[in-house]
Amino acid sequence: MITLTHYVVVSALLFVFGMFAVLTRRNAIAILMGIELILNAANLNFAAFSKYVVGGVQGQMIAVFVIVLAAAEAAVALAIILDIYQKVGTISPDETRELKG
Amino acid sequence: MTPLDNLSSLQHYIPDAALASFAVLIVIVDLFARGRSKVVVGVLSIAALAVAGALTLWMPHTGERLFYGMARQDGLAQTFKLVIVGCAAVTLLVSLRTQEVAERLRGEFFALMLFATYGMFLMVSASNLLIAYLGVELASISSYILAGFLANQSRSSEAAFKYVIYGSVASGVMLFGVSLLYGMAGTTDIALMGERLASAHPLALTIAVVFLFAGVGYKIASVPFHMWSPDVYEGSPLPVTAFLSVASKAAGFGLTLRIFRDGLGAEELLASVDWPLFLALLSAVTMTVGNLAAMGQKNVKRLLAYSSIAHGGYLLMGIAALGSSDSSAPTAAILFYLAVYLFMNLGAFFVVMHLAEPSRLGSEEMPAYRGLIRRSPALAIVMSVFLFSLIGLPPFAGFWGKLYLFKSVVDASLVEGGVNGHNFVWLVLLAMANSAISLYYYFAVVKAMLLDRGEEETPVKAHPAFALVLLILFLPTLLLGFFTNVDDFRVDEAPEASASIMAEE
Repeated sequence: MITLTHYVVVSALLFVFGMFAVLTRRNAIAILMGIELILNAANLNFAAFSKYVVGGVQGQMIAVFVIVLAAAEAAVALAIILDIYQKVGTISPDETRELKG
Repeated sequence: MTPLDNLSSLQHYIPDAALASFAVLIVIVDLFARGRSKVVVGVLSIAALAVAGALTLWMPHTGERLFYGMARQDGLAQTFKLVIVGCAAVTLLVSLRTQEVAERLRGEFFALMLFATYGMFLMVSASNLLIAYLGVELASISSYILAGFLANQSRSSEAAFKYVIYGSVASGVMLFGVSLLYGMAGTTDIALMGERLASAHPLALTIAVVFLFAGVGYKIASVPFHMWSPDVYEGSPLPVTAFLSVASKAAGFGLTLRIFRDGLGAEELLASVDWPLFLALLSAVTMTVGNLAAMGQKNVKRLLAYSSIAHGGYLLMGIAALGSSDSSAPTAAILFYLAVYLFMNLGAFFVVMHLAEPSRLGSEEMPAYRGLIRRSPALAIVMSVFLFSLIGLPPFAGFWGKLYLFKSVVDASLVEGGVNGHNFVWLVLLAMANSAISLYYYFAVVKAMLLDRGEEETPVKAHPAFALVLLILFLPTLLLGFFTNVDDFRVDEAPEASASIMAEE
């Protein structure tokens, strides 16, 4: 029997994996994948809470909004990554050092 | 007040709807405009902002809850929208003739600015976290592209790159926080949430609030989410930098205010999540980090970027004070400060931008500013006034902004019970010490301009149109403190959660 706890644990794990990828990866594409994991962790939460706690379809609806936004964000992020690869030749946030962050 | 349905909401949503339709219209007009007629696109964009601003100003904002409670048109939203639209309009005005943005890309540039502005409108009028998140994303995604708009400069691409990475992580974490709050409260309505969260587990609630703050904290460049801001500000085209440092920050504060005042301000909630203390500590670190980092800067644009982090820290102090029994005084102080900040910070950035043009100084570095008073007395004096105002020296507007903000925090601390049991007078003392630190680096620029002798003596002339824009920013910086005061910025009270909302579902 799958309960709410299962969903929340999976979503927490997804979030932690995503955060781990964001913090440790040296490649912008991998970081983007980590961000996707974080967003989908939230989506899973929305859907699960909607079904088990709240009722109605509000949560699922929010998840649909988030999926659309994630696609838009990924499109812009990939375009920017492509742009910087053409100019600098690397897509590691640590190696782009013209601005001394 | 019961939420209105979609049709009857529209008449209260005319300013925002006008802005959004203009933004779409500009994309279409830009497709057909060629060569000289590209000017039409710029003029149309500024007209769009003027229309949206005028409608926002004249339409009564009485706190209607629109679209089944998704957005609120209240005095708070109105004031924030005026700051944002004002900033966008002035920015577009100066970017009409900036050489930084290529001629053929101007149309997209203007359209993206309008979309970002509309995203910020959504943020400050959101009364539902879903709309808040959509607003954050719309504003952010447009800003990512704007930051990378210098097609042939790698530093601009790098700015966009860092912005998009930091930004998407922050908004993703924010969304996860929203999903946790949704699970605990069963709703994403901000006001309703505050009421229902009282029984939630304190630890889970604290984690969710911290995650939620990641999103807005990144918008207002609060420590520890500030790392992007100096790089993005330095690498972006200067009009975009000015826009991000004022409008984006104002929108971030608008949303923060809504979340913490309307949503998390209930007393039962304060007992389980001590967010005033959390925000006070962040505020202390943010202003100190911003000021200390600004001290070593030799690039004036970067110096202003760090100082804008410090100003975010001062404003965060006002947000922390919202945890007191009277939230209207800190709210008014924050609004007044942002209105002042709009003029003085935009002014300082635009002078830097104008001087950086090749026909003038051609540089943003401090040594180039030496002896400016001999080359262009007017620009040197105007810039000095903007910087003095940013320090908070009387009688300039920045002084009044700081005075009211500090006073509201002290007042909130000294009433019975303080701010959720804390006394934040130490924070105000720290802010004063920080203002003294800021004196050092702002004054270094003033000294270079007024006292040092430069190698070059050739006069620098300001463009007449630009001089007019500067005058529009200069007069309020000089006089705002005398003609208005913080009481003019008092807006309606936070909504009573239980009374104002119909039972959902």
